Amino acid sequence: MGAEFVALSLTPLLIGVLAAVTCALPGNFLLLRRQALIGDAISHVVLPGIVAAFLLTGRVAALPMMLGAAGAALVSVVLIEAVRRTARIEAGAAMGVIFTTLFAAGVLLLEQSDTSGVHLDVEHALYGNLESLIWLDATGWASLLDPVALSGLPPELPRMAVALLIVALSIAVMWRPLAIATFDEGFAATLGLPVRAIGLALVMLAALAAVAAFDAVGSIIVIAMFICPPAAARMMTDRLLAQAAWSVGFAILSAVLGYVLAGYGPLWLGFANSVSAAGMIATVSGLILGVTMMIGPCRRRAGGATVH
Amino acid sequence: MAHPLSTPRSLLQTEGTVAATPAPPPALQVGGLTVAYGEKPVVFSVDMSVAQGTMTAIVGPNGAGKSTLLKAVLGLVKPLSGEVRLFGLPLSRARDRVAYVPQRASVDWDFPARVIDVVLMGLHRELGLLRRVRPAHLDRARACLARVGMEDFATRQIGQLSGGQQQRVFLARALAQSADLYLLDEPFAGVDAATEKAIIAVLKDLRAEGRTIVAVHHDLSTIRAYFEHMFLINMRAIAAGPVAEVFTAANLQRAYGGRLGEAQVAGMQAGDATP
Amino acid sequence: MIWQALTLQLGYNATLVAIGATMLGIAAGVTGSFLFLRKRALVSDAVSHATLPGIGLAFIVMVALGGEGRFLPGLMLGAAVSSGLGLLVIGWMIRRTRLTEDAAIGAVLSVFFGAGIVILTVIQSMQAGRQAGLESVLLGSTAGMLRADALVIAAGGALVLLLVMLLRRPMLAVGFDPDFAAVTGTNVARIDLAMMGLVMAVTVLGITTVGLVLIVALLIIPAVTARLWTDNALRMVGLAGLAGGLAAFVGAAVSATAPALPTGPIIVLASFVLFVLSIALAPARGGVALLLRQMRFRRRVHRRQGLLALAAGQPIHEPFTLTLLAREGMARADGVPTEAGRIAAAKALLDEARWAALRGDPAQGLTASRYDGLTPIETVLTPDQIAELDRHLPRPQAVI
Repeated sequence: MGAEFVALSLTPLLIGVLAAVTCALPGNFLLLRRQALIGDAISHVVLPGIVAAFLLTGRVAALPMMLGAAGAALVSVVLIEAVRRTARIEAGAAMGVIFTTLFAAGVLLLEQSDTSGVHLDVEHALYGNLESLIWLDATGWASLLDPVALSGLPPELPRMAVALLIVALSIAVMWRPLAIATFDEGFAATLGLPVRAIGLALVMLAALAAVAAFDAVGSIIVIAMFICPPAAARMMTDRLLAQAAWSVGFAILSAVLGYVLAGYGPLWLGFANSVSAAGMIATVSGLILGVTMMIGPCRRRAGGATVH
Repeated sequence: MAHPLSTPRSLLQTEGTVAATPAPPPALQVGGLTVAYGEKPVVFSVDMSVAQGTMTAIVGPNGAGKSTLLKAVLGLVKPLSGEVRLFGLPLSRARDRVAYVPQRASVDWDFPARVIDVVLMGLHRELGLLRRVRPAHLDRARACLARVGMEDFATRQIGQLSGGQQQRVFLARALAQSADLYLLDEPFAGVDAATEKAIIAVLKDLRAEGRTIVAVHHDLSTIRAYFEHMFLINMRAIAAGPVAEVFTAANLQRAYGGRLGEAQVAGMQAGDATP
Repeated sequence: MIWQALTLQLGYNATLVAIGATMLGIAAGVTGSFLFLRKRALVSDAVSHATLPGIGLAFIVMVALGGEGRFLPGLMLGAAVSSGLGLLVIGWMIRRTRLTEDAAIGAVLSVFFGAGIVILTVIQSMQAGRQAGLESVLLGSTAGMLRADALVIAAGGALVLLLVMLLRRPMLAVGFDPDFAAVTGTNVARIDLAMMGLVMAVTVLGITTVGLVLIVALLIIPAVTARLWTDNALRMVGLAGLAGGLAAFVGAAVSATAPALPTGPIIVLASFVLFVLSIALAPARGGVALLLRQMRFRRRVHRRQGLLALAAGQPIHEPFTLTLLAREGMARADGVPTEAGRIAAAKALLDEARWAALRGDPAQGLTASRYDGLTPIETVLTPDQIAELDRHLPRPQAVI
């Protein structure tokens, strides 16, 4: 497990882990605010975002596509709120209207781009290509200290690390206001906390996580990372900080197990090819959630008090 | 306020008056407040004045706008018209002097927090974003819990509390804010008798310390025992003043209309319902 | 060309596609409106994403049994089984754990989809893995419907509509007020089951044409569009079917005019256009109408408050009230009432006094509840009743 591992498996594994954790952190609060499906909406609008960026710049490059995805996320959040207010409908329906329409626009634009001769890999956008983010310049563990080899790292790795840093720091700083505003929004407002801005900031962090992660694991799988590790953590504890810690642990476990099973599972079973790492990570996170739902100590709804 | 009709009036008027000894500003003053949900007015052109150091009950039938009035005072809903002044200042400058105890049902009690965590939320103004929770803060939080008789529950998960215990935790949180004006929304709704006793005792202590209490109260039979002032509202302000003066059959008829039988009202006036 | 498309003159295939799409649109609109009433719009997203593993497994099984693989009814069966399983899991999660509905939907959606992706990559490496047909499940087929598929979809859509017709009363009752429905004997659980079954049917019918994500659009957007036009549940269901069918028909026609226009997205965009038009124009709940009503309401409130202030001789300080009264000739710019203003103010004061007296009368509870601070009492009582009320007023009622 030397040179081959470092060159072929280390970076995809790390990227997968970082993506999972970056999504799980804000996912904790999205879950508690019953906004879990905003991740669904954001993930779907990433596609039109990157297609629009591709059409505008004519290149398949990372930065414009990420900007396009971020822009699409922002636009959709604004539109969803606008629809919710003007049509006076529930949040879920409003999200459904906007993200499906934007997705349709994305698919349409995609068809136009196909005829222009340059190919945009849709499957990649939907479920990523984690296995291909390898580090060919590495010759072994020593390469971690070799500046020349390090310059050949797949760019997704530092990108994901920066995203994780931003998200983690932001959540750490906003921790108390987030907790108070999530628990009792009216009380938070009377304290003078800017509850609308807090909610928006959380959604923006989720969008940042989704945009950074989609290149590695694809946009749809991101939803699994927003929801499953935090939900599994909810089953294990009644304290917010512990829940966040559990969710990070479950995210790491899902990523590692998922990647290993996707790469080596088929080999163990006698098949030649590997299967989608992103898909397997999502599946494993679901299995973990399933296990915690059956044996987690805090899985039941609060007993005693009834809320009228 | 004997006259039932209200008019829009600027509260800036009071700032111009010169008196020999300036009277302390009312803890709460509301002028011409109208709040509507969609096209349905819920509070219409309401004036209200609450002096410092008093205990006032906001009373009225269901849907009369009582909770909405509180929420408008606290800036939680946007009024169509009217002004609110707290201790003579606009809300934004008086936030640190007001504490809000909302209805229990407004919160998801399955949230991952212990009792002590909820009380510490009341200390947020001091703690701010980054300051760590020190033993001194924990002591203050525990002291507030002790005042409401919940000191043994500090590490209990809030979802495991009974209704009365939840209400006391909310009150403890408000106590932690060390406010001068306490606004409570139906603090006695659905709580057990022991909790009701504990809460009213705390409120009376606060009043004795010179603080001001305003509570939306649903139980007509306990008003005379608990409060000294009352404010009758049914979309419009009906009557306000000392309980003895306002709690009359005539006023109650005007507020509750056909919803109170004559015998009921007579019974409430004659016998005293002490808890 | 577009006109020919719309009048079904582009040939047998195009006509068939248009009919199939329209049936799908009507069925989706109608079924989706029940989901919308139950406030479960995004469950359709979970249902649609959860079909993927079933489709993949069905493909593998059919190939293993020696068949062709892309056999539509077989794939549809697989889709139905796995999405049905997904629905069961959602229900279990909500009942047995502290997780909320959105969390359950999102978890099932993403995990089942992830598993489906895994199975798709397995198929990719199989010899028979002609998964070009399967990948149209994700984005819809760019080639439009095949003839056989169009027949299946049209027939399925008609069946769904028939079932909705048969079950419409209990489904409406449950959608409108589930507790009341339960009390009057409707088996809410079974009706919910039927509704989800219909959603599954519509989803399964639509995925190969419109794609996973976009069938969700057809289940949600027409329903929301219909909501803007009416408050009546039955009418809403009908309008949703109309909106869905219209969007599908126009979409299919437009996409038939050019090769680079895939059917699914065009249909969805057509339904979105209908939605936006409705927001702008619908009189009941459209945005523009709403805005105008709110402005008018605000003026009524300030007018009333201003007149009452005039009547009581109180100075008015709110600038909006002053401008309003001045503009209507009720007062001068400095707040002094005009002659007309004095009359109107006295009338308002009298109206208030009458309402106060009415509200205080225990025998008049029902009428008194119509009080909203603005409506004149003449709309509620007859002149005789008003005269009776005036006898009990504590002040002189004569108005100039």
